[in-house]
Amino acid sequence: MKNTLGMAAIMAFAGSGLLAEAVAPAEVAYDDYGAVEVSLTGAPGNVENGAVLMNKGSGNCVACHQIAALPELAFQGEIGPALDGAGSRWTEAELRGIVANAKKTFDGTMMPSFYKTEGYIRLGNGFTGKAAEGDVPPLLTAQDVEDVVAFLMTLKDE
Amino acid sequence: VSALAVTAHAGPDEDQLTINEEIEIVTEAPAPAHLEGVVDTIYSGWRFRSDETQAMQMDDFDNPGLVGVESAQAAFAAVDGTEGKACADCHNSPEDLAGVKAVYPKWNEEAGEVRTIEMQINDCRTTRMGAEEWKYSGGEMTDMVALMAFVSRGMPVDVAIDGPAQSTWEQGKEIYYTRYGQLELACANCHEDNWGNMIRADHLSQGQINGFPTYRLKNTKLNAVHDRFRGCVRDTMAETFAVGSPEFVALELYVASRGNGLSVEGPSVRN
Ligand code: HEC
Ligand code: HEC
Ligand code: HEC
Repeated sequence: MKNTLGMAAIMAFAGSGLLAEAVAPAEVAYDDYGAVEVSLTGAPGNVENGAVLMNKGSGNCVACHQIAALPELAFQGEIGPALDGAGSRWTEAELRGIVANAKKTFDGTMMPSFYKTEGYIRLGNGFTGKAAEGDVPPLLTAQDVEDVVAFLMTLKDE
Repeated sequence: VSALAVTAHAGPDEDQLTINEEIEIVTEAPAPAHLEGVVDTIYSGWRFRSDETQAMQMDDFDNPGLVGVESAQAAFAAVDGTEGKACADCHNSPEDLAGVKAVYPKWNEEAGEVRTIEMQINDCRTTRMGAEEWKYSGGEMTDMVALMAFVSRGMPVDVAIDGPAQSTWEQGKEIYYTRYGQLELACANCHEDNWGNMIRADHLSQGQINGFPTYRLKNTKLNAVHDRFRGCVRDTMAETFAVGSPEFVALELYVASRGNGLSVEGPSVRN
C-alpha cells in the first residue's frame, strides 16, 4: 500500500534527495473546494518541464487555454480561460487540485482529469480507438502534476 | 491582453454557399424544435472552414469529391451479382433517388429497424442483386453514398425522429451526451458547448453531417460519416464503436436530426 509510507517518510526521502513514492491517484486528498494541500511527490516541481507539458504529450493544455508567457506555441485554444495570472488567482494547493482533477473544483467541467485512473466509460488504449488492456496510467504522472503546478505558479499578474 | 487574441476565428463566418452558381445551399437555419433551449441556429460545417476550403466546394470542377460521384455513376449502371442486375435496372437513374439521402437514416417497416442509406444499399445488393455486400465505409460504398447526396444537393435534411424511430433516436441522443474515454469528452462538449471556438489548431463546428460524405484535404479521400464519428471518439482516448454498429446508426440518426433544415451538401470539402 502506497499510503502506508506516511508523511514523515516522504519528508525524509525528499530531504535526502531521493524520490519518495508518489501519492496514488485514488489516495489524493481533495478538500471541499477541490484543493490538494500536500505535494503528490514531496519533491519540488520543475518549472521548465511544466512549461514543456503545456504543449506536449498528455498535458497539451494549450489545446484549450491561451498562455501569453509561451508565445512560441502556435494555435492556442480558447475553450477554457487564459492561464495568464493563474498563479495570482489561485493558491498552489488549488492549482494542484485543478490539474489533478478539475472536476472537484469546477463541477462538470470539460477539462480532463489528469491524475485519475478510475471511473471512465469505454476507456481506450491511448489514441488507438481500441479498448484499454488492464490498468491505465494517469494522463500525467505525480511529478508531472507538480511540475505543471510549479509552472502555473510562475504565471503572476503583471 | 495578449497578442494571441483569436477573436478573428470566433463563430461561423458570413459567407453564403451557392454551388455552380446554381444550387443554393442553406448553411444556416433555425434549430429544429427538439433543440429548443440548447441551440438557436444551426450551421453547416462549411461556414467554419477557410475561404480556400470553402471555394473548393463552390464549383464542381474544383471539388475533388466529384471523382467519387463519377465512379458511383458508373457503378450504378454496372451489372453485378447472381441476378444479373444493376441499380439502374430498378431505379432507372440516380436522379430517381433524389431526396432519399435527405431523409436517411430512416425507419424500415419490413426490417423493423432504423437503416442508414449504406444499410439500404447493401440490402439492395445482397437481397435484390445477389451481389456481395460492400464494406460499410469502403470506397465503393462511400462513393455511392456521395452520389446519393449529389442528387439531393440543396434539399433540406428532414429525418423523422418520432414514431418507431424514436427509441433509436433517444439512444443516439444518449451517446451524444456521454463523456467517453480517458479525456471524458462527449460530442456535446465540443460541438454543442464550444462550436466557434478553437481547440488547438481546429476551429470547432457544430459537427453537422449534412455535408457527408466529405472530401477531406487531410486524407485526400471521401470520408464516410461513421469514420468521422470513429475519429472523434478515438480522440477522446476511448474505445470506439464499430463502423456500421447499432450505436453509430443511432448516433447518426440523432446527429442528422440536429441538422434538420440545413441542405444536403455532400460531397462537401473539409480540411
Ligand atoms: C479539453 C479542454 C481543457 C484542457 C485540455 C485543459 N483545460 Fe484547464 N480548463 C478548461 C476549462 C473549460 C476550464 C474552466 C473551468 C470551468 O469549467 O468552469 C479550465 C480551467 C482551468 C484553470 C482555472 C482557470 C483560471 O481561472 O485560471 C486552470 C489553472 C487550468 N484549467 C489549467 C489547465 C492545465 C495546466 C492543463 C493541462 C495540464 C489544462 N488546464 C488542460 C479546459 C481544459
Ligand atoms: C432488383 C431491384 C433493385 C436493384 C437492382 C436495386 N434496388 Fe435499390 N431498391 C429497390 C426496391 C424495391 C427498394 C425499396 C422500395 C423503394 O423505396 O424504392 C429499393 C430501395 C433503395 C433505396 C432507398 C430508397 C428509399 O426511398 O428509401 C436506395 C438508396 C437504393 N435502393 C439504392 C440502390 C442502389 C445504389 C443499388 C445498386 C447498388 C440498388 N438500389 C439496386 C430495388 C432495387
Ligand atoms: C475533443 C473534441 C471533439 C469531440 C469530443 C468530438 N469532436 Fe467531432 N470534431 C472535432 C473537431 C476538432 C472537428 C473538425 C472541425 C469541425 O468541423 O468541427 C470535428 C468534426 C466533426 C464532424 C465533421 C463536421 C463537418 O462539417 O464535416 C462531425 C460530423 C463530428 N465532428 C461529429 C462528432 C460526434 C458525433 C462526436 C461524438 C461522438 C464528436 N464529433 C466528438 C472535435 C471533437
